[in-house]
Amino acid sequence: MTTAKSTATRSPRRIAWSQRLGRWDIKLSPYLYVSPFFILFAIVGLFPLLYTGYVSLHQWHLIGGQGDFVGFEHFAFLLSQRAFWVALGNTMSIFLISTIPQLVFALIIAAVLDTNLRGATFWRMGVLLPYVVMPVAVTLIFSNMFADQYGLVNTLLGQIGLGPIGFHSDALSSHVAIATMVNFRWTGYNALILLAGMQAINRDYYEAATIDGAGRIRQFFSITIPQLRPTLIFVIIMSTIGGLQIFDEPRLYDQYGQGGANSQWMTLTIYLYNLGWGQLNFGRAAAVAWLLFLIIVLIGLGNYLITRRISSNEAAR
Amino acid sequence: MNRRRGLGNRPGFLAYGFLSAILLGSAFPLYWTVLIGSGDAYTINDPNMSWIPGGNFIDNALTVINNQSVHFWRALGNSILVSTVVSASVVFFSTLAGYSFAKLRFRGKRALLVFVIATMAVPVHLGVVPLFIVMSRLGWAGSIGAVIVPGLVSAFGVFWMTQYLSQALPDELVEAGRIDGASMFQTFWYIGLPAARPAAAMLALFIFIATWTNFFWPFIVLDRQNPTLPVALQLLQGSFFVDYSVVLAGVMLATIPLLVLFAFVGRHLVAGIMQGAVKG
Repeated sequence: MTTAKSTATRSPRRIAWSQRLGRWDIKLSPYLYVSPFFILFAIVGLFPLLYTGYVSLHQWHLIGGQGDFVGFEHFAFLLSQRAFWVALGNTMSIFLISTIPQLVFALIIAAVLDTNLRGATFWRMGVLLPYVVMPVAVTLIFSNMFADQYGLVNTLLGQIGLGPIGFHSDALSSHVAIATMVNFRWTGYNALILLAGMQAINRDYYEAATIDGAGRIRQFFSITIPQLRPTLIFVIIMSTIGGLQIFDEPRLYDQYGQGGANSQWMTLTIYLYNLGWGQLNFGRAAAVAWLLFLIIVLIGLGNYLITRRISSNEAAR
Repeated sequence: MNRRRGLGNRPGFLAYGFLSAILLGSAFPLYWTVLIGSGDAYTINDPNMSWIPGGNFIDNALTVINNQSVHFWRALGNSILVSTVVSASVVFFSTLAGYSFAKLRFRGKRALLVFVIATMAVPVHLGVVPLFIVMSRLGWAGSIGAVIVPGLVSAFGVFWMTQYLSQALPDELVEAGRIDGASMFQTFWYIGLPAARPAAAMLALFIFIATWTNFFWPFIVLDRQNPTLPVALQLLQGSFFVDYSVVLAGVMLATIPLLVLFAFVGRHLVAGIMQGAVKG
């Protein structure tokens, strides 16, 4: 970049030249500064996403490469496969079992943190601790604790006289175990986001409510939740985007990585991976990616509408 | 934003009890890891297992490090390299773009910023199939560059720096720089960049952690001979007989660096998450 310095000793022509440079500098620099992001994002983000659509309409083999155009054949095939629906069901089940309790717990934790605690930073750091443990490590730890035989959880259950649970054989139990891993890592993180939202609420509302005789619980449901709406929407949408793409935890839940002997915990992303890098069928894998994308968008929109509805009802009470 | 409720509202025993339980839940799996990772192959099946760590951690850790198929040092080096390069790049490009969005005037700014925000909600992970095709064609599949390049920019980072700079950097300061005859880039370098430092440091932290813990894409594109830590770690479970004392010793090796980091910068992570939430 050249400087736009003009001194009296320079000839008039040079001044004009440097002024013109300066004007271009002002005009072009803003675009220049944002361009690395847009160019790189177009290459590694946008292009692959759109190209996924193209690949999904063709025969495409990992080694052979592009084949014939087949239209929506891959989509029709997938929708006729039991495995696809099983994967969709598992994904939704794990998503719901992880997101709903996580949100409830995060709200409670945030509400407790939003008081005059001694050592506030210590408690906040404490709930965030699991966030720095990588999902692969979390999974290795928990799949060990949830082992069907000799696992810590089943041993403890046995000591209070409850039968061992087939955390790896039963579908729903495996979903609970996997959801526990997700909740372990993200509950505290989301609690801090909700806490920030709570602290931004005008405290006068609470004083007014206290004067009107509203109790703590009533205040929580009638003031905190409605006022927290934007933050809640943000947290729910982020959990949706992340939760529906879940891969690390189900992939490493056992040593084979196929989502269980009877696909008990095979999620859509595992299915995508198996089609693409197991069967080497990129066309079908790309079709799964697009379907998953559509599902995420639909559920994200649905969440948004429901959350809006609930909170505005609360506000109207 | 940190207005507190009146002093009459000091939380009682119940609140501390509840938080202690949560803390215990957060820390227990890690303690369990230490217990098993410092025992031997039979600790886990021992009904009378001790709740005090054993003395085998070094042995188990050496088994991980010396395992030919794990390539531990290579994985550690790769993880450090990828996380450092990606966070440096994201911070630089995000600060540059954020400065432009927050402080400069240009046509189409609003539309471009809306685009950035919209892309934050796009699950870019779903583009793995074409990304893999492209990397294979370029001959990059298996190389560490294939993990670095897709991480070089982040929409979240641009949004984050834009938010920060639009309130932390006064317009007058930028204008003063211009009036003093500095070029656009000099103004950015000497005025914008120093002002951005606190937010840039936090962004670097978050991107570092996200990259360090990332599994899906590195797992797909990297060779087993050239892994990052999460990719190497999952190999420990791959053998027919799984010795959990070795697996969890490996987990400790991969987790300790971030726990140490957390001890030093945890409070900044907390502050970063809370700041991002209010603005987002």
